[in-house]
Amino acid sequence: MSGEPGTPVGRPGTAAPRGGGTHGGGDTQGSGTQGNRTRSSRIKSTRTKSTRIKSTRIKSRRAKNTAPSPRQDRFGTVAHHVLLRWSVLVLAVGVWEAVARAHGSVYFPPPGRIARHAYDLWFSGPARHAFLTSAAVDDILPSLGRMAAGFAVAAVAGIVLGLAVGRSRRAYALCNPVLQFARAVPPPALVPVFVVIFSFGTPMQIASIVFSAVWPVLINTAAGARNTDPLRLDVAAVLRLNTAERLWFVVLPSALPRIFAGLRLSLSLSLILMVFSELLPGTENGIGFTLTDAQTRSDLLTVWAALVLLGALGHLLNTGLLAVEKRLIGRGKAL
Amino acid sequence: MSTMSTAGRTTRHMLRLSAVGQHYGDHQVLHDLTLTVPAGQLLCVVGPSGCGKSTLLRTIAGLLPTREGTVEIDGTPVTGVPDRLAVVFQDYGRSLLPWLTVRDNVALPLRRQGLGRAERRAEADRILERVGLTGTARRHPWQLSGGMQQRVAIARALVCRPTLLLMDEPFGSLDAQTREDLEDLLLEVHHTDDTTIVFVTHDIDESVYVGDRVVALSAAPAARIVLDLPVDLPGTRDQIATRGLPEFVALRARVGRAVRGQTT
Repeated sequence: MSGEPGTPVGRPGTAAPRGGGTHGGGDTQGSGTQGNRTRSSRIKSTRTKSTRIKSTRIKSRRAKNTAPSPRQDRFGTVAHHVLLRWSVLVLAVGVWEAVARAHGSVYFPPPGRIARHAYDLWFSGPARHAFLTSAAVDDILPSLGRMAAGFAVAAVAGIVLGLAVGRSRRAYALCNPVLQFARAVPPPALVPVFVVIFSFGTPMQIASIVFSAVWPVLINTAAGARNTDPLRLDVAAVLRLNTAERLWFVVLPSALPRIFAGLRLSLSLSLILMVFSELLPGTENGIGFTLTDAQTRSDLLTVWAALVLLGALGHLLNTGLLAVEKRLIGRGKAL
Repeated sequence: MSTMSTAGRTTRHMLRLSAVGQHYGDHQVLHDLTLTVPAGQLLCVVGPSGCGKSTLLRTIAGLLPTREGTVEIDGTPVTGVPDRLAVVFQDYGRSLLPWLTVRDNVALPLRRQGLGRAERRAEADRILERVGLTGTARRHPWQLSGGMQQRVAIARALVCRPTLLLMDEPFGSLDAQTREDLEDLLLEVHHTDDTTIVFVTHDIDESVYVGDRVVALSAAPAARIVLDLPVDLPGTRDQIATRGLPEFVALRARVGRAVRGQTT
């Protein structure tokens, strides 16, 4: 009854093919099904995590005067978890450092030198500029600004359009093939189109980010809105909520987990497109510009520093988004 | 007040079904149902599971368009969800919105009435107190027990002062003690507000204990009314004493036989 026939087309394709590069750090680009599996299992793990956090919150609220031992236990496991999580990274960097030093290649400088170079280049500025150097202000901030603008527009447009498409069966049926097609085009391939339309510069860069980042949010929001519990829609009807109230109080919160799944994909796409659009000629600043500029000067140290910076930025942004998600969905959501 | 309708009160019918039928594709669910419910009556609808009780309720609520026959509430044919109608669903875990606090859940229907935020909150708190949930306003539904969650759902149904209250197996998933408490809460609400209530249940004991009148539906397909029985029990009911009355036992037996398809 709830119109499932469309989902076999819509559902598996929504996020999976792009799933590989999702999570900032070092995820490998998986094939379609693999990406799908890792994504769904990841969602499952964040869900259990958020419910776990929720239950501890309740417990601590209810039993304030009990002995703190279970919480200490929990702290112990958290510390253990953190140790496990970072030990591989630390080990990898250590091996990299040792091998790079032993080999002494100019192409592969040791991470210590890269870090020092990055510090000198960007983070050794005066305290009143938050320790940013003028190079950082000139290159990192414009990049981040363009990315933030592109991501924000993509997120808002994706959620609004996704809700519209997802709540109307006809709109979904009409738009789905187009969406699947638009989603299937590799985003960087669209950049030349925007170069022609906007020529080089910030509008082109922002447009590239928006038009690649909007699809995952849109498709996931539509799927989430479509799968709103029919009983909740009955409740909305019985309470005689108007369209706006129904969307705000029932459909949007129901779709929120899917929306955030889309937002995480869009965030990593925004980062990719931010760099890619800055690699093109006509760019005057940005991290991508620093990268190509250093490459033409054979300044390998700066190239590596920019790469590390991008990795760190991707990780930070993703962590920030996860924190927002946890706050919004963890609050009173019985997933 | 809750005893069977007297001659004077039958003049006003809160609910009138005339030859109502519903089917999903080829599957006939309801067949030729005709039923009138006087204002202020608590009508229990019993029947074997899957016989179309929920379909009947959804039809009355205007959630399903009527395919055959007509449904009138207070003289007006039902086309969409009518005003001043409230529904309590069985699955409180899904019918309450987990992302809203208890108070916001209860206050949600009041937005329709154009009340200010403070008024909505005050009204929600008042009704929460009435259903025995003082002090839970700022918690979330999932922080409460099942019985308390269903009380929240009842509060949300009552907050708009409905003239017709529909309940779809509301206590079906609660434990015996909680269920009895809520049955008595329902009777208390019914006595004070004089609301017309259609109460769907598969529990025969419950239907006789709670109802002014019990209607039994036959098994699927094409459920029909096989028994329409006034419940002549004392107006004030008591979980222990009422259930021990010989009249109660006799009524229960009649309803039980009807539901099992035996002629009475």
